[in-house]
Amino acid sequence: MKPDQVLDCVGLYCPMPIARTAQKMEEMEEGQVLKVIADDPGIKEDMPAWCRKTGHELISMEEKEGEIHIMVRKAKSG
Amino acid sequence: MEKKKATIVLFSGDMDRALAAFNISVAAASLGMEVEVFFTFWGLGLLASRPYRLDKGSPLQRMLGLLSPGTPRRARLSRLNMAGIGKRAMLALMGKYRMPSLEELMGTAKSLGVRFVACTTTMALMGLEEQDLPAADGFAGAASYVARASESRLNLFI
Repeated sequence: MKPDQVLDCVGLYCPMPIARTAQKMEEMEEGQVLKVIADDPGIKEDMPAWCRKTGHELISMEEKEGEIHIMVRKAKSG
Repeated sequence: MEKKKATIVLFSGDMDRALAAFNISVAAASLGMEVEVFFTFWGLGLLASRPYRLDKGSPLQRMLGLLSPGTPRRARLSRLNMAGIGKRAMLALMGKYRMPSLEELMGTAKSLGVRFVACTTTMALMGLEEQDLPAADGFAGAASYVARASESRLNLFI
């Protein structure tokens, strides 16, 4: 799957990856996919929690050489 | 749908405690919550853009101003501050790991819509006026806090 946007959060710690993700999502259209790359292990719990609370869809999450690659689809509002 | 609310009382003006408060504020705002931080007592100085004014107020208030850090940049560590040596070491570590400083984190919180409210009772006590606290979005008392806290899903005192 090819994401519509990519957000590099490597080197950033909680809460910045989630804060940046939330800000990025604001700029995106409903149904678009954002790829987030991060290396703070906290993101593995934080991103699913963020998706649960905001309603955005967590498509996939995989770890590659210490980096966590996450795909999130923006939910339809309302 | 009405947004869920989070309310934090920031009583402390210590850098480490304030970092925790704004870390949580930023996370809560990112999760779509409407966040308000009530700055009271020692926390009030974090809303000031410069150390307390010494050109007005009673002699006691001026002395308090002189001895209080005021401004986020001058905030001290709650432990191991060691006249600023410990704080400098902590800032160096935070910089090494690219963690935001207190000023940066407060700026991020602001940009995510976190509302900063100053406690008017503390303002009177410390001899501060609205123009001394440019970072404040509102000025209120305990009744506003209690009303809002009772509607909040998340409520912290730091």
